[in-house]
Amino acid sequence: MSRYLIPLMILGVLAIFFARGLTLNPGYVPSPLIGKEAPSFKLPRLKDPSLTLGSEDMLGKLSLLNVWATWCVGCRQEHQYLNELAQNNVIPIYGLNWKDDRVAAVNWLNTLGDPYVASAFDGDGRVAIDWGVYGAPETFLIGQDGSVIYKHIAPLTNEIWEMEFLPLIQKHCQKFSCSSGDLE
Amino acid sequence: MIPELGQLSLVLALCLATVQATLPLLGAAQGRADLMALARPAAAGQFVFVIAAFLILVQAFLVNDFSVLYVATNSNSALPVAYKVAAVWSAHEGSLLLWIAILSGWTFAVAAGSRHLPDVFASRVLGVLGIVSVGVMLFTLLTSNPFARLQPAAFEGNDLNPLLQDPALVMHPPILYAGYVGLAVPFGFAVAALLSAQLSQEWARWTRPWTIGAWIFLTIGIALGSWWAYYELGWGGWWFWDPVENASFMPWLAATALIHSLAVTERRGIFKSWTLLLAITAFSLSLLGTFLVRSGILISVHAFASDPARGLFILVLLSVISGGALILYAIRAHRMNQDGGFQPLSRESFLLLNNILLMLAAGLILIGTLYPLFVDALGMGKLSVGPPYFNLVFLLPTLPLVFLMGVGMHSFWRTMPKSVLVKRLKIPIILALLFGISFPLAVFGRATILTLVGCVAGMWVVAAAMLEPAQRLIKGDGSILKIRRSQWGMMVAHLGVGIFILGVTVTSSYSIETDQARAPGDSWELAGYQFVFRSTRDVIGPNYQAVEGEFEVRKDGRLLTVLTPQKRVYRVQQSPMTEAAIQSGLRQDIFIALGDSLGGGAWSLRVQYKPLIRFIWLGALIMALGGILAASDIRYRRQKQNQSQSSHDIDGSVAEII
Repeated sequence: MSRYLIPLMILGVLAIFFARGLTLNPGYVPSPLIGKEAPSFKLPRLKDPSLTLGSEDMLGKLSLLNVWATWCVGCRQEHQYLNELAQNNVIPIYGLNWKDDRVAAVNWLNTLGDPYVASAFDGDGRVAIDWGVYGAPETFLIGQDGSVIYKHIAPLTNEIWEMEFLPLIQKHCQKFSCSSGDLE
Repeated sequence: MIPELGQLSLVLALCLATVQATLPLLGAAQGRADLMALARPAAAGQFVFVIAAFLILVQAFLVNDFSVLYVATNSNSALPVAYKVAAVWSAHEGSLLLWIAILSGWTFAVAAGSRHLPDVFASRVLGVLGIVSVGVMLFTLLTSNPFARLQPAAFEGNDLNPLLQDPALVMHPPILYAGYVGLAVPFGFAVAALLSAQLSQEWARWTRPWTIGAWIFLTIGIALGSWWAYYELGWGGWWFWDPVENASFMPWLAATALIHSLAVTERRGIFKSWTLLLAITAFSLSLLGTFLVRSGILISVHAFASDPARGLFILVLLSVISGGALILYAIRAHRMNQDGGFQPLSRESFLLLNNILLMLAAGLILIGTLYPLFVDALGMGKLSVGPPYFNLVFLLPTLPLVFLMGVGMHSFWRTMPKSVLVKRLKIPIILALLFGISFPLAVFGRATILTLVGCVAGMWVVAAAMLEPAQRLIKGDGSILKIRRSQWGMMVAHLGVGIFILGVTVTSSYSIETDQARAPGDSWELAGYQFVFRSTRDVIGPNYQAVEGEFEVRKDGRLLTVLTPQKRVYRVQQSPMTEAAIQSGLRQDIFIALGDSLGGGAWSLRVQYKPLIRFIWLGALIMALGGILAASDIRYRRQKQNQSQSSHDIDGSVAEII
């Protein structure tokens, strides 16, 4: 009888893996940057290439770095929400305009609204490589100490902001006192 | 009110399925004819109520009843009628109802077509099918009710996913499901045989036409899906080794193995426990596929909106149904007595190797599909398994399989004298080497080793499959008419395999895929064809707007065709869609897809030349045709009278397989 038990045992092993798999999210890829200092960068600004935007501009405050491009459908989806965040002064948002066309990108901001304090223009995508970006949109939450607190892949929504970002921000602000306005 | 009637119908169907799943099995165990007699009426009643529920959901789509959540989420009043019907099975809840409708259809067919079977056996088969029905109906009603209301009702629906607004997708899910779910029938036959602890050669004869029937649907369904992916996903690939594709391909491999193993069991009364295991495995792989697609456990382009609660329910269902059958198998399989042996060089040996290689291929695909899950579950990181793995591990078992196929077709049962075999195979070997090597070199002027191997393999199968009828035809004595339907089936199905192999080999070796940036007025050349980008214009569809490009395709200056690929934006979901334009022919496809507007009237284009790509789907259709021929053989229709007649006769000239 023993060899006739083998198929049942295979099914049993598979079922255990499946049960475990149901508690995992296959789309979630943790960023190795989390908890570490954000990769430093210095790039020309999108709207005015004579100015630069770099890591030091983001130091000393809680902020978002949003990776976007005009060719990215998900970016269009989240854009309205980013505008709301910016209008309500919830948190300063910096943009990383990734592998994009400068004219198209400026047009995009002029028509859809510009939620960014400033956007860095990463035409050849080198900075994005340092940041481990493999798609757009991606949004990084950067702490006051310049560390990466969180990385969200896919369009940002209010639900994700409340469920995923806010708890982390609160925890962060217990350690570093945040200026008011950060927690709205 | 009407949607509630649909739900009520489904509940009543569940009640009848519960009767069907319990009392006939009890009756079979206790020898009570009155309980066994309930099986058929219960199956018929279940069928009626399920179809009623299904039609009510269709009606809700047709009348734009946006007070039904499922309709509001997946339809829109501007959607063309055919797509409203297809929208019924476009998402989780409705496709589950389709699953149930098809299962009850198969169950009804078994109830109607099993009168010649012993009552005890038929009751058990229907009882097992009833258990499956109960499980899936409970799943639907408890976690995925398609009739759930939306309060307050929506004014307008959210529209059908534009990717699914396509003629092939109207047909693809019902046909594919008919195959998937049809494998429940051989599963039911196998469990019934295990329950009665006996398996006769008649059992194999009863089971085979059902298995072939499910296999035909599965074959056509997979081919349709591949064809759809080719022209609708926009990038010209025809198979992606996506988890969902694998989920349909693994049951196909198992069903193919089962058909061949049933041949041995029917003719020789051996391989019995193996055949039972394959029948259980084939349907278990169907359930596994359902689980993988709907649980969100793997990343897939096809994934339904996933929900862990649903995943858990299907996992329990899979464990109960397959686990129950395998427990029974573990207890009973050793009692299936084997009679008759065979020589190492015999048709039995080749079919055994066929089975081993097919299941090896299925197993390697299963491992590749689940590997990311294994690694993640063990906390060892995240990874994905890509086409290079699958291409390799699929080739390893299938290459020897293809060469054995030609040999197996021409072997006798029990024992095959080597000299006879060599004599028979001389012609196909010569033809395969001759044409397999000269054809790619003559037409394309270059070939890699793998291309030559593929072409020889394809030619070899074609030649081996057509050898017998060709010889008889040449003899001209009318003996070609004596070839039985089932023999034709075997030869035609294998011919399909050969054509498929040629298509895959040539397409993957000689396709030219280019990405270009072009503006209206540009002209260029590719693979001996001249292309002219004439213009672009705006087009308005019923529920989309599009930019349409116009391209001339010329060969030696002569206008062949004008292709008009579109870039569509569907109004409601605002998603851009690529509608490729394809000039298709038996010899090659010319494929143009519009990418993105590059500004200044220029567009990025994907222009492709795909030789023999039609052979891929043509081969699959020919395989299915072979299945139809085989399943319609007279001996499956004369079963009643023939029950006592032994099937041990041996035909020396054409060794029969089907």
